[in-house]
Amino acid sequence: MKVLVTIKRVIDYHVKVRVKSDGRDVDLSNVKMAANPFCDIALEEAVRMKEAGWVSEIVAVSVGPQEAQEQLRMALALGADSAILVATDETVEPLAVAKILLELVKREQPQLVLLGKQSIDTDNNQVGQMLAGLAGWPQGTFASHITREGDELLVTREVDGGLQTLALTLPAVVTTDLRLNEPRYASLPNIMKARQKPLETLTISELGVELTQHCQQLKVTTPPKRQAGIKVADTAELVDKLKHDAKVI
Amino acid sequence: MATLVIAEHDNAQLKPATLHALAAAAELNTETDLLIMGHQCQAVADVAVGLKVGTILLADAVEYEHQLAEPCAELVQSLACDYSHIVAAATTTGKNLLPRVAALLDVGMVSEVIAIESSDTFCRPIYAGNAIATVQALDAIKLLTVRASAFTAVGSSDHGATIRKVTFSGDSGGSRFVSEALASSARPELTAARVVISGGRGMGSKENFALLEQLADKLNGAIGATRAAVDAGFAANDMQVGQTGKIVAPELYIAVGLSGAIQHLAGMKEAKVIVAINKDADAPIFEVADYGLVADLFEVLPELEQLL
Repeated sequence: MKVLVTIKRVIDYHVKVRVKSDGRDVDLSNVKMAANPFCDIALEEAVRMKEAGWVSEIVAVSVGPQEAQEQLRMALALGADSAILVATDETVEPLAVAKILLELVKREQPQLVLLGKQSIDTDNNQVGQMLAGLAGWPQGTFASHITREGDELLVTREVDGGLQTLALTLPAVVTTDLRLNEPRYASLPNIMKARQKPLETLTISELGVELTQHCQQLKVTTPPKRQAGIKVADTAELVDKLKHDAKVI
Repeated sequence: MATLVIAEHDNAQLKPATLHALAAAAELNTETDLLIMGHQCQAVADVAVGLKVGTILLADAVEYEHQLAEPCAELVQSLACDYSHIVAAATTTGKNLLPRVAALLDVGMVSEVIAIESSDTFCRPIYAGNAIATVQALDAIKLLTVRASAFTAVGSSDHGATIRKVTFSGDSGGSRFVSEALASSARPELTAARVVISGGRGMGSKENFALLEQLADKLNGAIGATRAAVDAGFAANDMQVGQTGKIVAPELYIAVGLSGAIQHLAGMKEAKVIVAINKDADAPIFEVADYGLVADLFEVLPELEQLL
């Protein structure tokens, strides 16, 4: 079967972000960008499915700026067969991303779409569920284990309180949690080979998707800074402070 | 117009997260209805009658037993036209369901709301809590998941809500429940606990992690963990506190043997009092801790337990 994997270009997760002085957004100029860690996990899972013999083709897709080609080239080096960039400089809301992905699903006809459960910049945790809703497909969110049984996909999900396993009829949408796998690194020969793999660039209008604004970001602020407290000398002092100063025990 | 709150429950008990979601809904200044989707869940409705809600919509059918997103989203979609707001707690159930509903309604949604400024303007953390965005929802129906720790739970009232039965419509949507493995614990729930004691990689082993249990018992606290501790197998996944785990805001958070990475701080920096116990004086956790103790946790923990 064919799998579509989404890759989002985001600020590197080690970077501590700063809010711009005009208070409209965070400052993304001259900061290190990378693939969203949850997307890396989705790609790794697709590659493992291919190695296990039940996936025949992996298409990596991204919606974002031209520079997202870097992340897609890396996905190709890691094992994707081809890549599609839907290039835009606009901020694209989750519902619009889901609609763009739906068009790509119609075009590519995958049996499975693998996405990260959330991107670490906007922290929305929405796109996978929205795509599943639009496509009328079942969803397996926050997956920490995926196996196949006949025509069904068995997805173990990380839920509050433990784990839950669902059986999904294909085609389906699955979003990945951190514990699904440990992504591999790309080797230099594979990075070289990835240059020859097809990477197609499309625009949102070519796909026939109209962008409607559903949310407007009014401002972005820095959260109140927590003051560093005091260091205590020993355990007795700590207990004394908690009892008499903070009064929490 | 009214607000529809989606109840979080296990078919027997209403989860505390619902009480926080109701508190957020109350700030919208509209009538609030509560939707309970489940199977043989009359007991949940009986408890909810004692809350300040207008109507309790009770959807009791075998298809809703595990509150799978596919049938539940269809039901919420069919009810949505009567509401200006649909609110769920930002738990794994709420996060799973609400975006699907948004897509079916062709509206946007706002995740993990921590403050309500007006009926259409909300604050939410982005970039692992390192920035707060104020967003205005432009759709006629506004869908929100709310962070439980940011809203004080509503109490009971003698309001006496009415119960209206809602019947199952649609189909299962291609997903089927197979099994679940829930961690059983006598301790308070992590997201609702007054005291949380968390361990990191510094705990060294699963056996050492048990040291936290004795302390938790003394303080009637819950136990949390960092991603490193979970990955190393010291603790279960559902104990993870952070950007990708649970968000907690207890009165007292005791961080033991954890460095304080950005992703972990995202889950606990709203705690009222933070205590850090770490032998590395340069660990970032000390930058947010109210009380820091630079010492070996294996010496401190037994002492602490004795003194309490």
